[in-house]
Amino acid sequence: MEQFEFTPANLKTIGEIIKKYPAGRQASAVLPVLDLAQRQAGGWLSSAAIEQVAQILQMPPIRVYEVASFYSMFNLKPVGRNHIQVCRTTPCWLRGADRLTELCKTKLGINKGQTTPDQQFTLSEVECLGACCNAPIVQINDDVYEDLTPDSLSKILDELKAGKQPMTGSQTNRQGSAPEGMFISDDQQAGSSKQNQQKT
Amino acid sequence: MLHQQDKVFKNLYGLLDWRLEGARKRGIWDNTKELLSKGRDWIIDEIKKSDLRGRGGAGFSTGMKWSFMPKDLQGKSAYLVVNADESEPGTCKDREILRFDPHLLVEGCLIAAFAIGAQTGYIYVRGEFYHEAQRLQQAIDEAYAAGLIGKNACSSGFDFNLYVHRGAGAYICGEETALLESLEGKKGMPRLKPPFPAAMGLYGAPTTINNVETVAVTPTILRRGAAWWSGLGRPKNTGTKIFSISGHVNKPCNVEEQMGIPLRELIERYAGGVRGGWDNLLAVIPGGSSVPMIPKSICDTVLMDFDSLREVKSGLGTAAVIVMDKSTDLIAAIARLSHFYMHESCGQCTPCREGTGWMWRVMERLTIGNADIREIDMLLDVSRQVEGHTICALGDAAAWPIQGLIRHFRPEIEQRIANHRIKHPAVAVN
Repeated sequence: MEQFEFTPANLKTIGEIIKKYPAGRQASAVLPVLDLAQRQAGGWLSSAAIEQVAQILQMPPIRVYEVASFYSMFNLKPVGRNHIQVCRTTPCWLRGADRLTELCKTKLGINKGQTTPDQQFTLSEVECLGACCNAPIVQINDDVYEDLTPDSLSKILDELKAGKQPMTGSQTNRQGSAPEGMFISDDQQAGSSKQNQQKT
Repeated sequence: MLHQQDKVFKNLYGLLDWRLEGARKRGIWDNTKELLSKGRDWIIDEIKKSDLRGRGGAGFSTGMKWSFMPKDLQGKSAYLVVNADESEPGTCKDREILRFDPHLLVEGCLIAAFAIGAQTGYIYVRGEFYHEAQRLQQAIDEAYAAGLIGKNACSSGFDFNLYVHRGAGAYICGEETALLESLEGKKGMPRLKPPFPAAMGLYGAPTTINNVETVAVTPTILRRGAAWWSGLGRPKNTGTKIFSISGHVNKPCNVEEQMGIPLRELIERYAGGVRGGWDNLLAVIPGGSSVPMIPKSICDTVLMDFDSLREVKSGLGTAAVIVMDKSTDLIAAIARLSHFYMHESCGQCTPCREGTGWMWRVMERLTIGNADIREIDMLLDVSRQVEGHTICALGDAAAWPIQGLIRHFRPEIEQRIANHRIKHPAVAVN
């Protein structure tokens, strides 16, 4: 069986999280503490981690397990270092989400729900991620990549493969969810960096 | 057209400084102490007079909701809970408030909490909004450090603590009682009402749950007066609203405008128009995925507010406008939504748990036409058996998009079935 022990730093963080809730209501901390456990374990929750959380929050393990299995952000089996989550819901689909899933499949050689043999990438399709005015979007771990095309997503995957951190947010240099071109002068539109826009 | 000076969300696109210093330049945290000194009855009365209706989808009167909270708590706790679990497909407005203007929300929380007599507030942010939740936490830390919240908030004598609580990926937690369950550390399964949260909410204590946008607009309403707010928009559909325009438009965007703006003007003025021009429009889902779609003929003239959209058997919902041009396979578009509701059903009520899956499977067959004509009515019938027969509104939300599709585009579905029959005569039943 997998082993799991929180690090001393995380145990301290858990103490602070529990303080946000009234005395005796430490079960309220179950989502943030499970999230912490998942981050420490590299992206998934083993039974050992779930039991440890239950012990700390003085909850029956089954209560923690049912929470862990109810919420889609908890992974009950290992995932790759980069968990690619392609939004499949209608606003993203209308703007080409299917092509993004296809790109990931062919480029990485895996199907939905699978992980590459080198443990670098896991591919999932998820429901609405809540950035519909920047569709289509993909979330990879904590970062959201917006206004994607198969080409721009392909470059992002290349950078991740090379161990780099790609530019997050809009891939077409849009300012937030403003209409395209609203804040960008013509020469900037020709393909310069995000920093330029911030000054506009 | 909404004038710049009447906009509440002056940093909707994140061009300006989101921090306390920048927020103050936009008038946020201006005279908050004075507003509080006028007392909770004045605040609730002013919000009632403004006719502000909740921005989370249901459109219930905010002042009325606040007035349901007990006046005398007899020493017990009460809570303000802010619903930032933004997950309704098409909707992406609260995200912009959280990351670009979080102090609007933090100040709104103090005022709302004061008005309802809650000394503790929780903001439940959807788990996927990781960076947004961090940004909000930074704003809260700034507000604590400046004495704006915490003990003796804004030197008002009122103590108020505010916390961020991240969800973990469950649409259903946007339903207010499921959110409370989730906040208590359980699966997000909606509660039966009554008792309503104002009587028995978080930890059994009186609780008010408001949407991010609702809370964020309240300080501005109080500062500028109820008459200013109710002078914008239309009667009973007052004020400004953030519209999220997505799908087949040239320039998808969020934009703040007056309630009651014509849908066509909204799309053409701000979103660069429908791809291929207005005549290339097929249908619009005007208020997030849960409301029935409307065909172009209605889009030509309909106004974007609660009552106008209800008159055409749809709804304003979260004001998330999903535009679909003539290239769209509408049946497939709705089948996607049916999959969404099946995935997000919490499984508590049988009609929803079984019905959402059943409806999705039929929608998938209708998409390729592999069905019998009479199954359209059967689907409509099942959707009506799900609708209204569940604890929360997710069952309704799963039924309405399908009903809207059949109401306006039945001939298209029949045509697809007929085409499939021609190609696959042996498959035809009956």
